Amino acid sequence: MMDTGALIMMVVTLLLIWGGLVAALLHLRGHPDEPEAYDIDGDGRPDSPPST
Amino acid sequence: MSERQQFKGRRAFIFAAIGSAVGLGNIWRFPYVAYEGGGGAFIIPYLVALLTAGIPILFMDYAIGHKYRGSAPKSWRLLGRPAEAIGWWQVGISFVIAVYYAVVIAWAIRYVGFSATEEWGDDPEGFFGRTFLQQSGEFAVGIEWVPGVLIPLAAVWLFALLVHRAGMQNGIARIAQVFIPLLVVIFIALVIQAVRLPGAIEGLNAFFTPNWAALGDAEVWIAAYGQIFFSLSIAFGIMITYAAHLKRKTNLTGSGLVVAFSNSGFEILAGIAVFSALGFLAQSQGVAIAEVATSGPGLAFVAFPSIISSIGGGLGAVFGVLFFAALVLAGITSLVSIVEVVLTAVEDKTGISRTTSVVAVGGGMAVISLLLFPTTTGLNLLDVVDQWANNFGIVGAGLVSVITVAWGLRRLRSLGDHLNEISSFRVGAPWRVMLGVVSPIVIGVMFIQWLITRITEGYGDVPAGYVNIYGWGLALLLIALAVVLSLIPWRSGALHDEPVRAKGDR
Repeated sequence: MMDTGALIMMVVTLLLIWGGLVAALLHLRGHPDEPEAYDIDGDGRPDSPPST
Repeated sequence: MSERQQFKGRRAFIFAAIGSAVGLGNIWRFPYVAYEGGGGAFIIPYLVALLTAGIPILFMDYAIGHKYRGSAPKSWRLLGRPAEAIGWWQVGISFVIAVYYAVVIAWAIRYVGFSATEEWGDDPEGFFGRTFLQQSGEFAVGIEWVPGVLIPLAAVWLFALLVHRAGMQNGIARIAQVFIPLLVVIFIALVIQAVRLPGAIEGLNAFFTPNWAALGDAEVWIAAYGQIFFSLSIAFGIMITYAAHLKRKTNLTGSGLVVAFSNSGFEILAGIAVFSALGFLAQSQGVAIAEVATSGPGLAFVAFPSIISSIGGGLGAVFGVLFFAALVLAGITSLVSIVEVVLTAVEDKTGISRTTSVVAVGGGMAVISLLLFPTTTGLNLLDVVDQWANNFGIVGAGLVSVITVAWGLRRLRSLGDHLNEISSFRVGAPWRVMLGVVSPIVIGVMFIQWLITRITEGYGDVPAGYVNIYGWGLALLLIALAVVLSLIPWRSGALHDEPVRAKGDR
């Protein structure tokens, strides 16, 4: 069995670093990049906007 | 920009940036630095360094590259005319690091095969230095090649240059999107195997038991900043170059946080795997962990082979293949990012095509790498060049960068505005304080401390004459060259902000 102090620090370290990564990923998912131009099919190339 | 490919989106960029940041240092440097720096208590200086210097400088690099949409020299030039030399200094450092970094990847490739057969027998140390590398131990630069290193090194360069020829999206981002997930799988497999070894618990205790007294030691804090600095691929032009290839509306800071925490996530996993394995090694040799704990090539090419032999059989071979494959994958994605700094810079300045720059500039780097390092005297050269390229080059360039941006050109506010205009995680006064005050002080202390140590103590048992040429001489030559290159005029139109070509648009 791991020593209590070491075990606590291992859990804290993993929570901080991996928690930080999860938080960063969630934050990024919540902020999708705006398309640069009118791109209706999402292929990254601009499409012609409807004329109406 | 000549034949410039953009990243398809931020996902491709994030993978490429993680590929750059996660390198050999995450695997063989971090575990020992943390162990020496207070074990579990090290997480405090480490996180402080990450948040007060690592991430702020990463954001600064992104902002410079993305705002001015060019290579390191071009972006620095557009930020402020005299700053172009900083960009060329970064190009020079990248050039030097690439030519020896590739050699370590070549060693690791050979060790994937050696692991399967436990080629080193019962003397991993003698095998590495004498049998495999055939080192004479001389401090000279000779041309006696070692075919066992020369051939895999040529293969590494060929692969890297093919990736560069394919371009930023179709080459660099594409391999990162394959290699990084693969690296995650390998790391997890390594951790699972390592923690099940007898003695692994003792290794983890050694790695995580907090020594709170260490936090009162300034050296530990410097070590934490040093680790973050060398681990994140900041301050030597890579992140400027990568950010220049992003679409105009890209969430830079949000992406940067993912890159920074992914890089640290890899390091922590490496620490768990390495120290579990070292705990096992200590137990099987009947010695204390302090006796076997080490870092760098000694860890990878001497301690790990011992561990593999001690595990023995098929399981030992699997463990070894996984470990060295991890080094190869992590190394290659970092190598291509370093070479890209040089290629993009030369293309921007001269207007030569990607194919020409890959063949002439990339090929030139490969030739220098093949001439100097896979030789019977290559190891000493690698060691000295590595010491100065990192501690004088990267740290020095990092120091000059933050001082120039914050105090020389006073551009922090405009760079911060650029980030905030397009990013979700906003930067403000704290970010400017980190870059204008905290980073210069900490990096300055690191730099001066290293200078004093090297000037007063020399470098281990390396003769002063050798150090003066390949350490100090080379480091100062890079600065002189940077100034000269910054005085050469740009091709006409090179400094105008041209529209970035769409992917595949030739």
